Amino acid sequence: MAVAIPVGTYGAAFGAASIAAGFSILQTCLLSLLLFSGASQFAVVGVMGSGGSALSAIATGSLLGFRNGLYGLKMAPLLKLKGFKRVIGAQLTIDESTGVSISQEGRGDDAARYGFWATGIGVYFFWNLFTLLGALGAGAIGDPAAWGLDAVVPAAFLGLLWPRLTDNKTRILAISAALLALLLVPIVPAGVPIIATALLAVIFGSRAKQ
Amino acid sequence: MSQLWIATLLSSLICFLLKYLGYRIPESLLNRPVIQRINSLIPIALLSSLVAVQGLTIEQQVVIDHRLVGLLVAAIALSFKANFPIMMLLAAASSAAVYNL
Repeated sequence: MAVAIPVGTYGAAFGAASIAAGFSILQTCLLSLLLFSGASQFAVVGVMGSGGSALSAIATGSLLGFRNGLYGLKMAPLLKLKGFKRVIGAQLTIDESTGVSISQEGRGDDAARYGFWATGIGVYFFWNLFTLLGALGAGAIGDPAAWGLDAVVPAAFLGLLWPRLTDNKTRILAISAALLALLLVPIVPAGVPIIATALLAVIFGSRAKQ
Repeated sequence: MSQLWIATLLSSLICFLLKYLGYRIPESLLNRPVIQRINSLIPIALLSSLVAVQGLTIEQQVVIDHRLVGLLVAAIALSFKANFPIMMLLAAASSAAVYNL
């Protein structure tokens, strides 16, 4: 339950941001039900909202979703799922469920499995509930800027970014990526500046030794 | 089908498949240090550029406005280890305050 309040706030912010970006309530709720990965969802509505093409939105959302596949790789030997349960387990494989499960590893496999399922199911429930509430609320408030909603989206990205800035390499990468994106914004189609910065990550990652 | 529907459904499908593939492919395939390193850096590049583009541009122009105040307040809140709801509320409140001045 400790995760419910932050997840709820974040979910409501996503619901509201998605409506402000032009998505319908149904599309907004489908993103939370089917995509179910906060950073990717914010990226999809952010790119579409700033005038990007569906292709840019899908590419950015998918690049951000790639890490969930690596989480699955890590969780597979622990969870040993088959058939339909594997589909459900895969859908619940996100930052929070994987993180809690790994933090429980010292207490044995059962505790780690319980951490994964309890967190995954809990976050799924609250994320979707508050997405709907945020989407319904956003329709009622009129001008998003008057409520600070236009600042909530970049602040949400900043909140996701902050804990990842653990050393100088990551900070330099973050600043370079922001500058490159701002430089590209006036000269390439919307959405492309964001995807382009993934190249910086590839360059930083293949050159620098840890 | 509209662009919004295409974005909604295809990004959902691809993101689900990425999750599912993690359970289906042999671990050795992706368990290389360089892949792990790039994987941990890609979110940093994308999230940082999303902060910049969402906070500092309007319709392909770089624009400094009330959102920057919200972002600076969010950064200060984060550096004081504020939790997520508090940080978001402070960012929204400060940005809205400047916008409504």
